[in-house]
Amino acid sequence: MIVSISVGAVNVRLTDVWGIVLHHVTGAGSAPSDPALDQIVWNFRAPRVVLAALVGAGLAVAGAVLQTLVSNPLADPVVLGFSYGATLGAVLVITLGEGAALAGLGVSAAAFIGAVAAGALVFALGQQRGRLAPTRLVLAGVAVGYVFLSATSFVQLQATPNELRTVMFWMLGSVAGAQWDQLPAVTVVVLSTTVLLTLFGRRLNTLLAGDESATALGVDVNRLRAVLLILSALLTGTVVAVAGGIGFVGLMIPHLVRLTLGADHRRLLPLTALLGAVYMVLVDLLSRTLTRPNELPLGIITAFLGAPFFLWLLRHTKGLD
Amino acid sequence: MKLTVDQLHITLDRTPILHNVSLEAREGDIVGLVGPNGSGKSTLLRAVYRSLRPAEGAVRIGDDDVWALSPRAAARRTGTVLQDAGGNTTGLTVTEIVALGRAPHHGLLSRDRAEDHQAVTDAVDRCGVRPFADRDYASLSGGERQRVLLARALAQNPRLLVLDELTNHLDIRARFELLDLIRATGITTLAVLHDLDLAARLCDHVVVLHEGAVVAAGPVLDVLTPKILADVFGVRARTERHGDGIIRVLYEAQPLADEEALEDDSRSEGTRPRPAPEPAREPPVGAASTSANEKG
Repeated sequence: MIVSISVGAVNVRLTDVWGIVLHHVTGAGSAPSDPALDQIVWNFRAPRVVLAALVGAGLAVAGAVLQTLVSNPLADPVVLGFSYGATLGAVLVITLGEGAALAGLGVSAAAFIGAVAAGALVFALGQQRGRLAPTRLVLAGVAVGYVFLSATSFVQLQATPNELRTVMFWMLGSVAGAQWDQLPAVTVVVLSTTVLLTLFGRRLNTLLAGDESATALGVDVNRLRAVLLILSALLTGTVVAVAGGIGFVGLMIPHLVRLTLGADHRRLLPLTALLGAVYMVLVDLLSRTLTRPNELPLGIITAFLGAPFFLWLLRHTKGLD
Repeated sequence: MKLTVDQLHITLDRTPILHNVSLEAREGDIVGLVGPNGSGKSTLLRAVYRSLRPAEGAVRIGDDDVWALSPRAAARRTGTVLQDAGGNTTGLTVTEIVALGRAPHHGLLSRDRAEDHQAVTDAVDRCGVRPFADRDYASLSGGERQRVLLARALAQNPRLLVLDELTNHLDIRARFELLDLIRATGITTLAVLHDLDLAARLCDHVVVLHEGAVVAAGPVLDVLTPKILADVFGVRARTERHGDGIIRVLYEAQPLADEEALEDDSRSEGTRPRPAPEPAREPPVGAASTSANEKG
């Protein structure tokens, strides 16, 4: 993280970064000599690196839980429609501009509402005889996602070129706008849901044995699904609200951990959070440096970098089917 | 512990599946549940392992009504092995699968305890899965998998075992090994079995389910009579105790044609002792005055 903070449009020496971070966090050492340096490190770089870590952790954990929840290795916040819900919310506010701002609705708030609304819709449509059925949940998620996507496309057609560029950048994800004051809320949500979901680890494990077996092991499968779906929609909504629609992390990171370190959720979820965080910090670093001084959206790099590695790992894993 | 199923009625999507089903398994008994496809065997099991709530009636383990217990409390009493349970076990080792059996002994905040490790170790050793304890479950053969699932059920420290077609798809040796294992546990067991010969070997009692109702229950030789075998299963067969004490079901080559069964009913002769089973074109097994069709 320190390395990531030091590299960017302006490179800062690692020792300077360490000094500045240490000064702000613990109050130790002297105040930084160069106020511009302090500004870059503490007000621009540090919050975005922290945010990148939180976003990576949140998306990866949400993906891991959703994959188990619907018994489908392809599931992630995008497939379940959450991300498209967030996108529609964000795009509406961006294109309506002042009108929405008057209603006191920021892009983040709208994205959060969109994601949770999509989650609620999937929840309602995923029921079969009063139970949440895995296959139906996935199909409902995909369908809801398409509806939100087409609505988004329609809104985009009405947008000005300038707005379109903002929309495009938002959809591909970025943590460039990170500020300290938005971090506490995101930190609380990401950490608390990750801890809570890890506590559900033993029950998530029983879901791997199939619904009937989980029931026979004393798990109220339907209630568990409902709780997990709500938690993962909240988690996704929070993360996507501040960082935009970043794909592939939620799909890839959980599988990476499963394939290498096993599927026990009590271990899987914390490790997935950790790896997701590290990965996203790395991706953010690349987004700032690859086309310096311009920035690339995160969504471009997550998949472009991650997919080949993921395919390599799949080829070298035995007994997958 | 004793299992009592008391006047169970189950309806699924407004279709009655079980009507007025009662049965009992005494402490330590192995009770076989047999019947043709669609007779309601698996549905009955679902009511026992607390997956499908009966419309009427009760399932009791000891004195506890299963449906009055919490799901976890019920799962601490009942270990269940189901066939084709689905799910996706990629990445779980055998030991981790067996450890799932400890889930009902834990709330959200409790960590693994020494007794959990002990129960898992015991179950792993008892079922002979130690040699592949660290392997990926998905890489095991059918017989190995069933032993792992039985170990998972035993890790629950159950007072009752519920087994649905435990020995399906297994070769004959694996079947016998598994059955010996179950016998050796001494735990009260309710087992759905398709293979009548296997049921005859394994079970203290059998319960015959036909079209959602119990048509016969009791010791194997009393229940698997040529008449029941003909009426319920549509086969010509008889059950014999051999010199080694093992009860076998002996089938004849030709299944009973539908017309023959009807003809039989109309003749309404008493049960006749069957001669040797070799000839294929013997007259059909005699039927008693009431048939299972009337009861269904």
